[in-house]
Amino acid sequence: MGRRETIIRIIREVSKKNVNPDADESLFDSGMLDSFALPDMVSALEKEFSVTIPDSDLNPRKFDSIARIDAYLESRS
Amino acid sequence: MSFIREFGSYLPARVVGNEEMGARVGCDAEWIMNVSGIEERRFAAPEETVVDLALKAAEDCLQRARCEPRELGMVMVASGSAERQFPGPACSVANRLGLNSTPAIDLPMASAGSLFGMSLAARLASAYGNILVLGAEKMSSIILRQPMERGVAILFGDGAGACLVASDKGMARIIDSDIHTDGTFAEDLRLEDGKPLEMNGRSVILQASRKIPRSIDDLLRKHGCEAKDIDVFLMHQANQNLISRVAQALGVSDARFYSNIRRFGNTSSASMLIAAAEWAQQFGFTRGQTACFAGFGAGFNWGALLAQGAV
Repeated sequence: MGRRETIIRIIREVSKKNVNPDADESLFDSGMLDSFALPDMVSALEKEFSVTIPDSDLNPRKFDSIARIDAYLESRS
Repeated sequence: MSFIREFGSYLPARVVGNEEMGARVGCDAEWIMNVSGIEERRFAAPEETVVDLALKAAEDCLQRARCEPRELGMVMVASGSAERQFPGPACSVANRLGLNSTPAIDLPMASAGSLFGMSLAARLASAYGNILVLGAEKMSSIILRQPMERGVAILFGDGAGACLVASDKGMARIIDSDIHTDGTFAEDLRLEDGKPLEMNGRSVILQASRKIPRSIDDLLRKHGCEAKDIDVFLMHQANQNLISRVAQALGVSDARFYSNIRRFGNTSSASMLIAAAEWAQQFGFTRGQTACFAGFGAGFNWGALLAQGAV
């Protein structure tokens, strides 16, 4: 499974919805995730991709879409 | 060594329910409850000031402690909603308590101010004696400013809390505290002169939900205990969902977190002390019982404080 597919799986798990967002679609403005799901998603990303995301990187914009999450994870790899 | 000698509080009489709040901001009462866990909040009278609110909490606390104002060695007032830039409310509160040479310090810190005040007072009490820490907020004067952001306006209420910290005796010994500041996201929760409160809720929740549990965990580990060992958590009443998230992160039940946000909303720097005062009056410390205080607010400033029943 590719990274984007894994991100989508995490979004589905966190949102408890069988969503299929476009890569650039805002996960929050679209209502797929709410503010309180964001910490859960970040924790799941850390666990799944074995990265520790420092607080200074926790700008919600970096985690607003699949493309942005993918780009962030790429920058950390 | 320092002690929590007493708590006190003051809540304005006017109750503003979600029906009224929803009508003001353009949403329904049920939505407010679902996103915040808040059912009602208090609004101060138009003529009431932050100083008035703080003074009433101070008087309540001193009366409960049977402590005369002249026995105070220092006064601290935390507020993010004071009416003027300077002087802050601390000097006026001290003056109205009849104190004209006792140092009175302002902590212009929204939400985390009373936690920082308690932490500082615990360290200063050995030098200054009794220190009265106050958190007082008139958030209604801010949240109704135009353009009104409904997601912000629904959260806040007015009130004041107090804690008397002493060096010699009290209901609980303050074991230690852990306070931090990180200005990386300072723009995400701010109040400019005369303007509406600006809050990036996602950023606040994301940072708070990680920083608060970490601070609590670090403090408890330093003293050889874990969250499950703590009898009660007295946290800044920001949002019921955030309180639940912090409990979840620490692996303890929500029931360990005393909560009154349903009735008073988020009273910013006053909320933790209002909650503590209510808890102390309903339950109170027993000998050996542990309480962990925690706060998070604009800055961002955050931290935790550990106390243990001494009576």
